[in-house]
Amino acid sequence: MSPTELQESPTDVVEVATPKLERDARRADARRGFLIASPSLFYLILFFAIPLGIVFVYSFATRSSTGLTLLEGWNLDSYRRLWDPLVGEIAFRSLLLATTTTAICLLVSYPLAYYMATRTARTRTILFVLVMIPFWSNFLVRTYAWRVLLGTEGPISQISEALGGDPIRILFTNTAVLIGLVYGFLPFMVLPLYASLERMDWSLIEAGRDLYATGWTAFRKITLPISMPGVIAGSILVFIPTLGAYVTPAILGGARTTLLGDYIVSQFLAARNQPFGSALSFAVLAVMLVATIIYFRSGARNL
Amino acid sequence: MSAAVELSGVSKHFDDIVAVDDISLAVGDGEFFSLLGPSGCGKTTTLRMIAGFEFPTSGSLRIRGREMALLPPNERPVNTVFQSYALFPHMSVEQNVGFGLLMKKVNKDEINTRVKRALDQVQLAHRADARPKQLSGGQRQRIALARALVNEPEVLLLDEPLGALDLKLRQSMQIELKELQDRVGITFIYVTHDQQEALTMSDRIGVMSAGKLLQVDDPQNLYEHPRSRFVADFIGEINLLEAKVIDSETIEFAGGSRASAESEASNGETVTIAIRPERFGLHGSDESPPVGRNTLEGTVVRRIYHGDFFFYDVDTPAGSLEVKEENRPSVRQFEVGDRVLASWSPVATTFMED
Repeated sequence: MSPTELQESPTDVVEVATPKLERDARRADARRGFLIASPSLFYLILFFAIPLGIVFVYSFATRSSTGLTLLEGWNLDSYRRLWDPLVGEIAFRSLLLATTTTAICLLVSYPLAYYMATRTARTRTILFVLVMIPFWSNFLVRTYAWRVLLGTEGPISQISEALGGDPIRILFTNTAVLIGLVYGFLPFMVLPLYASLERMDWSLIEAGRDLYATGWTAFRKITLPISMPGVIAGSILVFIPTLGAYVTPAILGGARTTLLGDYIVSQFLAARNQPFGSALSFAVLAVMLVATIIYFRSGARNL
Repeated sequence: MSAAVELSGVSKHFDDIVAVDDISLAVGDGEFFSLLGPSGCGKTTTLRMIAGFEFPTSGSLRIRGREMALLPPNERPVNTVFQSYALFPHMSVEQNVGFGLLMKKVNKDEINTRVKRALDQVQLAHRADARPKQLSGGQRQRIALARALVNEPEVLLLDEPLGALDLKLRQSMQIELKELQDRVGITFIYVTHDQQEALTMSDRIGVMSAGKLLQVDDPQNLYEHPRSRFVADFIGEINLLEAKVIDSETIEFAGGSRASAESEASNGETVTIAIRPERFGLHGSDESPPVGRNTLEGTVVRRIYHGDFFFYDVDTPAGSLEVKEENRPSVRQFEVGDRVLASWSPVATTFMED
């Protein structure tokens, strides 16, 4: 705009900035930001924070002899029960399963994500879509499909028999649960890993090789540490849902291998012990929170 | 002068594209050698082949007399300063500089001493604990340099290392780099598209275009006696004029003006000559032409003021001339429309080979 044009538009606001006006403008900006976020905030408060609050309150309540939750006689009995050896056993089994699932997902996903990130843009897009395709069909349906594959009538068992071996039944074992979980959560590991490797400045690897590192050392000292945020994000995205997994163990697992997910559900339904179920939920939540914070801190430190 | 790096008949093809086309070159021990050319001319690919990031499609590449064409970068006694610096973001300055020594399994005490000395050399010892992202562009550049030099390589390869810096910093770094090279005595192979940078720093320059090495010469020869139109045009400003050879000492321009110039071309042949803008002197057409100098008469069609000098565009029957005249009281100034004589010394005439 030329100076003459400026003079010719008297409607223009010709206010000079003052500290007060600047503050008002800043506040108006903050209000707009809040307004934009408010629908999701409202949703989260109504369907997440409030139910969580109810669960928290219930965990201190008493269970009547008929299985009703009485909002009186507040106590820590439910939390005391967490030290029960049975709870410890279930928690250990769940932790082991979640850790194994996360480790397998990481080992399988890293090479895949690395391969994807080092392809041409076109190939990348195709591979990316391929990783996403499982999401297009329902998780339950896909888990039931594994029932067919892993059962005594399934292809694995049939191949074994055709080769003269015994029928193999993987279904209803911990291995079946593990296979189902790894399958279900693999994309959650691949995608963050891919995102962090895709941003990678590959001249850093050349610099490493130039400074006498072998290919493997350059990977260990440069690529891996720099992709750590992806490793952490992927691990959290896999570990947390598998720790509380309910659907997959319920469909593929056996009756003897109770995990935290089933155990909590059974407290709310079969055992009708809402206070203990609530206390369990909160304990798992607290452990996950602490673990997440520690994990993040340890990885974020380096970047 | 023994050769630190010797390329013979080196070519590099990427699928159908010929990035480097049959280059032969020997870089002497302790030399500051620049590869100069526009982007895509193959200079960076050549450097990357010496570093080991690319393998030649054909040809021999020797470093210190040893054939290394197909050796991986970690087995070559060379280090690279990258255009983007490529400092490791997850390591401190100290760890960055010590990385090469650590990989070579040098003992801890020696690493510490040498890293310290390298950081002192680039005046950044006080930033040893900083992360690369906490440093300014110039500081990152110096760390990248220290990280390479600390390994005492046989040859240091630099890929447009000053490209990301602003003008003032670039100029001071040019001097710093040159002084550093004199001090450490390591062979530098420097890739740049900046002709000024190449001229001021190099012992010798190789000009590349479309994968070919056109001319290798010291800066003065390259500037004053370019052999091809490309080299003449790429380095500095140049006037290219067509002329016909009359005899071994005379040429004739379009419009009939004759000039003295010694050529080996046969009589009647059409040649292209090159004259630098600053080699011309301008005189009024009323003045008598200076003795012993060639002249072309023309009209000033444009004058551009550059502070310390003027650029004149002069239309002559032989073609349009660009003339650079100093802005000094003793040098006569002309206006657009003035009739002038542009004069030049016969020795300032260079014949193009293409």
